[in-house]
Amino acid sequence: MWHDTALVAGKDLRIEVRSRVATNQVAPFALLVLVLFAFALDPDRGVLTKAAPGLFWVTVLFATLLSVQRSFAIEAGDATRDGLRLSGLDPAAIFLGKAGAVALQLAALEVVLAVGVVVLYDSPVHGAVLLLATCVLATVGLAAAGTVYGVLAAGLRVRDTLLPLLLMPVVAPVLLAATRASEAALAGSPGDGWPWVRLLAVFAAVYVAFGVVAFGPLLEEA
Amino acid sequence: MTTSSPLTRVLGLVSLAALVTLAVMALWVSPADVNQQDAVRLLYIHVPAAFVMYVAFGITTLASTLWLWPRTRARRWDLLAGASAEVGIVFLALVLVVGSIWGRTTWGVWWTWDARLTSTAVLFVLYLGYLALRRVPADTEVRARRAAIAAVAIAVDIPIVHKSVEWWRTLHQKSSLLDEETFLHPHIHGVMWWTVMVGMAAFTVLFVWLLVHRYRLAVLVDRVEDRSLEQAIAERRAEAGELAGVGR
Repeated sequence: MWHDTALVAGKDLRIEVRSRVATNQVAPFALLVLVLFAFALDPDRGVLTKAAPGLFWVTVLFATLLSVQRSFAIEAGDATRDGLRLSGLDPAAIFLGKAGAVALQLAALEVVLAVGVVVLYDSPVHGAVLLLATCVLATVGLAAAGTVYGVLAAGLRVRDTLLPLLLMPVVAPVLLAATRASEAALAGSPGDGWPWVRLLAVFAAVYVAFGVVAFGPLLEEA
Repeated sequence: MTTSSPLTRVLGLVSLAALVTLAVMALWVSPADVNQQDAVRLLYIHVPAAFVMYVAFGITTLASTLWLWPRTRARRWDLLAGASAEVGIVFLALVLVVGSIWGRTTWGVWWTWDARLTSTAVLFVLYLGYLALRRVPADTEVRARRAAIAAVAIAVDIPIVHKSVEWWRTLHQKSSLLDEETFLHPHIHGVMWWTVMVGMAAFTVLFVWLLVHRYRLAVLVDRVEDRSLEQAIAERRAEAGELAGVGR
């Protein structure tokens, strides 16, 4: 199964590397959002620095939507979805592979965004361990939940508008927990952040488990 | 074809009578609260509506699970899940609107980012998404599977949302009825307590009445879809027959 997972993840990542949609469109869009926040909130009054963790995670959330849509758009053409279904790969492995690929892309994007936040918002960096744990667990949770809802909406005519409506409220706890944990880390009081990290871990575990079980039946339809 | 039957007519009349009783008790019989004054009367709608909403979403979750379980899989569970979610979201909207009005008079604001309010708002959006998903046209079986999985995913998400928002901030007063301690030793006394109980009964009967109608309507819609498919097939067959006749 792990072999199948690596195969699917490798395929998705190879497509992304070759098509450069993630690097040429998603990442610039995320940076653009950071700049737009600076336009909307006055950068001189310190609002940006204070709100940096929240803005960072909202941007990651938008990027998640794009990545998930992209992840299933590449299965839409040439009946590749049917090919995937008929390939004999374990559906759980397909889920883990696709979610893993999304997670890796998001993780790379978060590095770029973090640099952007430090440079543009003049945000100090403390609590590296807590920040790292937050990023890893939040990314896994977002990718897992995103992939579950991505396959649910994939193939529907209204998928582009339906996916945000379905996914955003579901991942609201991730936004909340990741923002609070990052705030605690940046404020230099990591003790306040760890309970949130535990919540992120629970969310990630629940949605990875849910995806492993539910992905097969969801992939079968359409 | 109709969705009413002797049973629903009785239910409808009972719920009407109960609602009238509730209105009389809430507006005239029960006294104003010491702290909240007349605003307390809004809670005679708010609390029962919240209770019914939880029951409705509970039914949706249960029916979806029964659909997903291979041994109990039947189309009626899917229809029941959809009907219950639809009625539930109406009560949820009522809870939010009435709660907001109550908050304006008691707290001085229409909305506050308190834990219970926020998680209820998230719940509202979650089920809006569920109902939107149900409306996407698809084969009955496909739609049922999609909806059932989405409903279970929402049910899994609710405790996490609740916990996260609760940690985030808490200002709402403790659950006034379902808390075990207060349920056994209620803080609300006499007429007020009875009014809440009448409200609970009235809203529960109203909910059952609405649910039965909505469910029967869903069954009828389902049957129409089946029948129009059969009809289309019969028409095509007839056309084919005519064509064969012309050819000869």
